[in-house]
Amino acid sequence: MESPVSSHTVSSAAADAAVVLAPAERAVRILGGELTERSLRLHLEGLSGVDAVGLEQRAEALGTRSIKTTSKAWALDKIIGLIDLTTLEGADTPGKVRSLVAKGLTPDPSDPTTPRVAAVCVYGDMVPDAVAALGVAHGDPDDGMVSVAAVATAFPSGRASLRVKLADTADAVAAGADEIDMVIDRGAFLAGRYGQVFEQIVAVKEACRREDGSSASLKVILETGELNTYDNVRRASWLAILAGGDFIKTSTGKVAPAATLPVTLLMLEVVRDWNRLTGERIGVKPAGGIRTSKDAIKYLVTVAETVGEQWLQPHLFRFGASSLLNDVLLQRQKLTTGRYSGPDYVTLD
Amino acid sequence: MTEIVPATDPSFLDYAPAPESTSILHLKDSYGLFINGAFVPGHGTPFASISPATETHIAEIATATPADVDAAVAAARKAYQKTWSRLSGSDRGKYLFRIARLIQERARELAVAETLDNGKPIKESRDVDVPLVAAWFFYYAGWADKLDHAGLGANPQALGVAAQIIPWNFPLLMLAWKIAPALAAGNTVVLKPAETTSLTALLFAEIVQQAELPDGVVNIVTGAGETGAALVRHPDVNKVAFTGSTAVGREIAKAVAGTGKKVTLELGGKAANIVFDDAPIDQAIEGIVNGIFFNQGHVCCAGSRLLVQENIHDEVVDRLKARLATLRLGDPLDKNTDIGAINSREQLDRIRELSNVGEAEGAERWTAPCVIPETGFWFAPTIFDNVSTSSRIAREEIFGPVLSVLTFRTPAEAIAKANNTPYGLSAGIWSDKGSKILAVADKLRAGVIWANTFNRFDPASPFGGFKESGYGREGGRQGLAAYLRAAPTPTPPSPKVRISPYSERRKPGSPRTLTNGVAE
Amino acid sequence: MSRLAVPKTYKLYIGGAFPRSESGRSYEITTAKGAFLANAAQASRKDARDAVVAARNAQSGWSNATAYNRGQVLYRIAELLEGRHAQFVEEVRASEGVTAASAAAQVDEAIDTWVWYAGWADKYVQVAGSGNPVSGPYFNLSVPEPTGVVAIVAPQGASSLLGLVSVLAPALVSGNTVVVVADHAHPLSAISLAEVLATSDVPGGVVNILTGSPAEIAPWLASHADVNALDLTGAGALEWIELQIAAADTLKRVVEPEPGVPARSLDRILAFTETKTVWHTKALL
Repeated sequence: MESPVSSHTVSSAAADAAVVLAPAERAVRILGGELTERSLRLHLEGLSGVDAVGLEQRAEALGTRSIKTTSKAWALDKIIGLIDLTTLEGADTPGKVRSLVAKGLTPDPSDPTTPRVAAVCVYGDMVPDAVAALGVAHGDPDDGMVSVAAVATAFPSGRASLRVKLADTADAVAAGADEIDMVIDRGAFLAGRYGQVFEQIVAVKEACRREDGSSASLKVILETGELNTYDNVRRASWLAILAGGDFIKTSTGKVAPAATLPVTLLMLEVVRDWNRLTGERIGVKPAGGIRTSKDAIKYLVTVAETVGEQWLQPHLFRFGASSLLNDVLLQRQKLTTGRYSGPDYVTLD
Repeated sequence: MTEIVPATDPSFLDYAPAPESTSILHLKDSYGLFINGAFVPGHGTPFASISPATETHIAEIATATPADVDAAVAAARKAYQKTWSRLSGSDRGKYLFRIARLIQERARELAVAETLDNGKPIKESRDVDVPLVAAWFFYYAGWADKLDHAGLGANPQALGVAAQIIPWNFPLLMLAWKIAPALAAGNTVVLKPAETTSLTALLFAEIVQQAELPDGVVNIVTGAGETGAALVRHPDVNKVAFTGSTAVGREIAKAVAGTGKKVTLELGGKAANIVFDDAPIDQAIEGIVNGIFFNQGHVCCAGSRLLVQENIHDEVVDRLKARLATLRLGDPLDKNTDIGAINSREQLDRIRELSNVGEAEGAERWTAPCVIPETGFWFAPTIFDNVSTSSRIAREEIFGPVLSVLTFRTPAEAIAKANNTPYGLSAGIWSDKGSKILAVADKLRAGVIWANTFNRFDPASPFGGFKESGYGREGGRQGLAAYLRAAPTPTPPSPKVRISPYSERRKPGSPRTLTNGVAE
Repeated sequence: MSRLAVPKTYKLYIGGAFPRSESGRSYEITTAKGAFLANAAQASRKDARDAVVAARNAQSGWSNATAYNRGQVLYRIAELLEGRHAQFVEEVRASEGVTAASAAAQVDEAIDTWVWYAGWADKYVQVAGSGNPVSGPYFNLSVPEPTGVVAIVAPQGASSLLGLVSVLAPALVSGNTVVVVADHAHPLSAISLAEVLATSDVPGGVVNILTGSPAEIAPWLASHADVNALDLTGAGALEWIELQIAAADTLKRVVEPEPGVPARSLDRILAFTETKTVWHTKALL
């Protein structure tokens, strides 16, 4: 199922412009008429620019909110419930994944009131292990269960044929993944081949469909560290949403810089604008580089003050993180006991 | 996707109270005047300084009578003649560096005092006012031994005694704007803080003592308008620097006419904040908010007139309202407060009056949803839409959190409307297009133009107005020169060789177009 | 009984660390009367190479710091120097054989020189830059900016501390990073100054101090392709024209030798800057 666009190389602009794109439902609704490379390009290039200085100042101001006592306790539990506890290493083993799942289900054995994480995030071939390890606890985080997210589409570089990417996706879904974290083709995006990036997302979205007609949730990783400019991040965010992404996600965690507060703020602004336009709610997932509770709380503040507090739920906001969880547990113990805790009092997974 | 926050939970957005502690402050019950290095009683009737957020008493402040002002000016004169003008620039600089460092060391205390006395949010006094105060002293400290580069030629001279009167909106920052360049240039000063916000000036006097500044170099007299008038009119004052209303500035300009006193006036404003349809929209919204709601709109350069291009008017106003709904009004000492208290009942009354006028004149009034505390002086962020250019709220300085929204269709119209005011302090331009920004900036009759930002201040950057917003500049080299005069230069010897005019060198018969360089 | 003192080992200062010379060499430092004071590291060409790498790595951070921040950092050096006033007086006195009063005057002047140059950091652009009234619809602004890595031969033979500070400070003001060869005969105060720099807020690599033979090291710095400017103030006794010719290969900015300690001047700051002029269109339509 090679799409016409994915196989094309750089050709004349005129020919590009006329290429008809897959009629993704959202894009057709917003852009109207026949969806083409040109209509998509015109839309993306017509988006308002971003002033980097102002964006970063706003993010910094949000970062100065002071969260104390009851709000802090609420925030810490909320953060845990929004974490996609992640292991994405070449050295991952079934044992490592089981350990990760155990940590996600019981983050703090000394305190049974500690909530579970939202999901565990693993490579596609580890999905069966994660599903098996979760057992009856596998399910929707809204119901107190833990989901399985799989990175797919030749993560993290995305450098593979569409056929391989789709197979990667379909395998993970078939193995029981609830969520697919795909990467966009940054090379195509930076070369201005927006249609190609769009078509691939549409195709992956299709590959997320299960036999029973339901669908795995699709997170689209923009890899903002490689897109480099805020204008690119805004365009890529719109593109991913138009193509059908359920979540837009900052980073793979393999490229520096990964998630930053200004980038996440910008993506939240796009999500807010999409909501203003359509009433639909798209999720946002900053991933990589968020290691402390203090940082994570800044993200909660930014979500609450940009798109509203109702976004602070697992289907609309996630943290892609691994070491963040233990720092939150340390802070949580501090709130409970009134004294500072130490790394010997949280478990290593 | 149900709401997962149970109704019984407190909203995360409420946050929990995070008040800055006032225990760091060690205030006295009453404060005298600071004259000749010591606190002395004033001879007028003392007055109370209250916290505008709670209306509680903070301290009793002395009132300086004309005799007290006389004593302060005499102390300044003596210090000028005996010590300060005889010090090397390097040593004057070292004193100013000391003051800068002392301010940095006592930053938190000063921020708390400022917020308590003025009503501004602690996050502003902590992150904006006090850091800028230190920066101002640091910057001008470095100028003290470099006066030859001030732009007035070699060996420029100090003016003498400077009379300085500052407003209540940025009490300590305005003090720094006045005192730092004056001292760097070699002047001594008598400064009068605003009646409602004397506290941090008096704490500054303690810093002056800690820095061991020679007695009389800085004198602080407190009181109301009469004290200020006595200071401005004092015959032994060489320089008057005033920041405040245009009405008072006009009186001062008249009072000093013919006296030879050098004057700097930083007066009112009615700045246009111009938003073009190619603006970076989210940052423009932030800039509009920062432009008018920073410091409760108690900012002379506030962007109080939003000029928005007509084709994006609805979108901008919608987004603006949504953003304003997230502003947190309340206890200024709470670290999460965005909008603090109005500085005084008098100012609150004025804001209310002009807002009522705006409504009566037919503008659409919208007020941000927020709970107003029971005590203290408060005014919720307010927008007036569909304001006509002739409306009083589009012409008069409200000096409060009230934004008037007007529209324009072309850059030329934006410029015409922006300039259509007797004021000319500042303006903002929002656009992604550099050539347009620079061309519009060229045409605006205002002293400070911010593009894609607003309300930025830096000691290296000159600040001041066109037209009825005053004259003179504060900040940068220009701000230093305002406290200097050129050295009296000896008359240069007349040149022996005189260059003939063109006409005399022309061949006979050629057309004469110039005579002595002037066209016929 | 008097207490037996613990003498200090003097090493180089490169990239914020204090290594010995990679060559393993040192040379003897004596008092004016010839008594042994200490061994100083004798830097080699490879130490100079390492110092240039360190200076280059530190360059963007230092030049991108705000002018206000650079001013505060340079002022902080003066504060710390003041706190170690007595130590420097003793070192200068012992090494140069001058009176305590003369040494104290030199240290005072060195401190004041830091203060003077610190004040320039956020002012020299306003004084040396300009808005240019070009004919046509253009915004046109000229501003000086740092040239990059500056290699310096410090004044030799006398006033070792003040001489060093007088060439070091002006190069740092605008945001250059520096490799400096200290006074050959009196290098001790230079390394003590490095200790001051290391404990102040100056980022590692912004200042790199080599002790040893200027005649041996300077040619390598003069010909180094990753050095942008060469200050030969203290190179009067060297074959400095050869150095200038070597520097010409990569068109380095060169400051020629000058006897004694150079006076404080704006010119010394501007000697290590490049003026950049920006044009931008202006149009309403």
